[in-house]
Amino acid sequence: MLYAILCYHDEDFVGSWSKEQDAAVMKKLAVVQDKLAKQGRLGPVARLLPTTAAATLRKDDPPLVLDGPYAETKEQLLGFYLVDCNNLDEALDVARDLGAANPGGAYEIRPVGMFAPGRTAT
Amino acid sequence: MTDTAWIDAALTSARPQAVGALLRYFRNLDTAEEAFQNACLRALKSWPQNGPPRDAAAWLIMVGRNVGIDDIRRNRKQAPLPDDDQAISDLDDAEDAIAERLDGSHYRDDILRLLFICCHPDLPATQQIALALRIVSGLTVKQIARAFLVSEAAMEQRITRAKARVSEANVPFETPGAVERGERLAAVAAMIYLIFNEGYSASGDTAEIRAPLCEEAIRLARLLLRLFPSEPEIMGLTALLLLQHARTDARFDSEGALILLDDQDRSRWNQKMIAEGLALIDKAIRHRKSGPYQVQAAIAALHARAEKPEDTDWKQIDLLYGALEIMQPSPVVTLNRAVAVSKVRGPQAALEMIEPLAPRLSNYFHFFGVRGAFLMQLGRNDEARVAFDRAIALANTSAEAAHIRMHLDRLMRDNQPRDSKTSKK
Repeated sequence: MLYAILCYHDEDFVGSWSKEQDAAVMKKLAVVQDKLAKQGRLGPVARLLPTTAAATLRKDDPPLVLDGPYAETKEQLLGFYLVDCNNLDEALDVARDLGAANPGGAYEIRPVGMFAPGRTAT
Repeated sequence: MTDTAWIDAALTSARPQAVGALLRYFRNLDTAEEAFQNACLRALKSWPQNGPPRDAAAWLIMVGRNVGIDDIRRNRKQAPLPDDDQAISDLDDAEDAIAERLDGSHYRDDILRLLFICCHPDLPATQQIALALRIVSGLTVKQIARAFLVSEAAMEQRITRAKARVSEANVPFETPGAVERGERLAAVAAMIYLIFNEGYSASGDTAEIRAPLCEEAIRLARLLLRLFPSEPEIMGLTALLLLQHARTDARFDSEGALILLDDQDRSRWNQKMIAEGLALIDKAIRHRKSGPYQVQAAIAALHARAEKPEDTDWKQIDLLYGALEIMQPSPVVTLNRAVAVSKVRGPQAALEMIEPLAPRLSNYFHFFGVRGAFLMQLGRNDEARVAFDRAIALANTSAEAAHIRMHLDRLMRDNQPRDSKTSKK
C-alpha cells in the first residue's frame, strides 16, 4: 500500500538554518531516500517553497483566492514523500528513519486512496 | 544537527517574536533584550535535559518575563532571586496556557513594532541596519562589525548610540491603527531593503563576508510577509530580494571582479530562489495595486526568465522603468531605463535620455560608466575615454574600477592602427 508521509515543521525554524545546516540535513535525508529507492519503494518526493509563496482558493461561489497557506498553524506543511509499505508499522519505521535524519516537527502518515503518477515536462 | 546547533536555530527563529513581546511588556529595549538573553541562557541549560518545548517562543517569553520581573524587583528591594530550578519546573504546566494567550494579532504587532523601532526616522541608515541586525536578527556585535568592516568597539558604540536615540523617541506601545500600521510597514520594508543592499553592493573579498546580510534580509522579508500575507508590496520586496540574490554565485569572477548581467553564467543562478521570486511576483500582480518594489521585482523577473541575455525582453523592461519613473522619480531610475532604451532604440536615443541628468549625477560612478558605454557603442571613443576616466575616479570599489579599466583597454586596442595589430599575431 502506498503511504503519504506529510512533513510538518516550523518554517521559521527551518528558515533560520544556515546553508550548511540545510545541506547537512538534506544529505542525511538522501541516505534514507536512497535506501527506499533501491528497494523500489520510493514514489515522488517534494520539498515545498515557503508558505509565503502559497495562495489558497476557497471553493466558495464564486471561488475566493486568498494569499498564504490554507491553515495558519504553528507548524507548516513543508513537503511530502510517497512510500510503498505493507502496513502502518512499516510506514512508521520509514518516518522514524526520516525523523532521525531531520529532528523536530511531525510527520503525518496517510494511506493513499488513489494515485496517478502523472507526467510533467520538468 | 547537533544539540547546540538545533538550539541556536530555535533561539534565532523565536527571537523576533520573543523580544517583541518582552518589549511590549517592559516597554524598554534594554530590559527586553536582557530578559531575552537570560531566557536563552536558561534554555541552553534546560532544553538539552528536558527536551525542547513545543513552542520555543512562548517558553522564552514566559521565562524572560519572570526573570525580567525578578531583576526589577531585586533592583528595587535588593530581594534574593527565587531558586532557578523551581522557576523552570513550573514552566511545563504554564506553557500551554501562555501559548493560548499569544494570539496571532498581538504578536504580529509586537514584531512590527520591534522592527519599526529599529528604523526610526531619527536614525541614520547605518544605525538602523546595525540596530536591526543586533536586536531583531540577534547577530553579535562582532559579526555586525565584521560585515561593516569596522572595529568591534566602533560598532558597539554605534549600536549604543542608536539605542539611546530610540529610547528617547517614545514609540507608542498601543496597538497601531490601520494607517499607522501601513506607515510602519513601509518604513520596515525600506530598512530590510537597506540591509540587503549592504550585502549586495559588496564586492571582491568583502562579498563573501557580507553575503549573510542578504540572507538575513530575505529571512526578515519572509517574516514580514508571513505577518502581512496580502500586502503586494511586501510580496514584491521579498521577490526582488530573492531574484537578485539568486545571481550571487555568478556575479563575481575568481579574482573578485564584478561580472555584468550580460556576461554572467546563467546556469549558476539559483533556480529555487528564482522560482520563489517568480511565484511571489505572480501573486502580487493579482492584487492590481502596483508599487515600486513590485515593479523592480518584475524587472528582475524578466532578467531571471531570460535563458540567454539576447532573450531579455528589453521592451517590457523599458516600460516598467517608465512606470517606476512615475512612482519614484529619480535620476538613477532614468539612468537604468536608458540602458533598456539603448537595447530597444539604440545608443543615440539612450545618450539623449541621460544628457539632462548630468548636473544631478556629476558625482555618480554609474552615470559615467553608462555614458562611456553608450559613447563607445556610437564609436565616439575619445569622449568615451573621458567618461570612463571620470568613472574610475568616482569608483566606490576596486571591482568597479577594474570593470571600467577593461573598457578602457578595449578602447586602446581598437584605437591601435590596424597593421600594428596584425603584425603582433
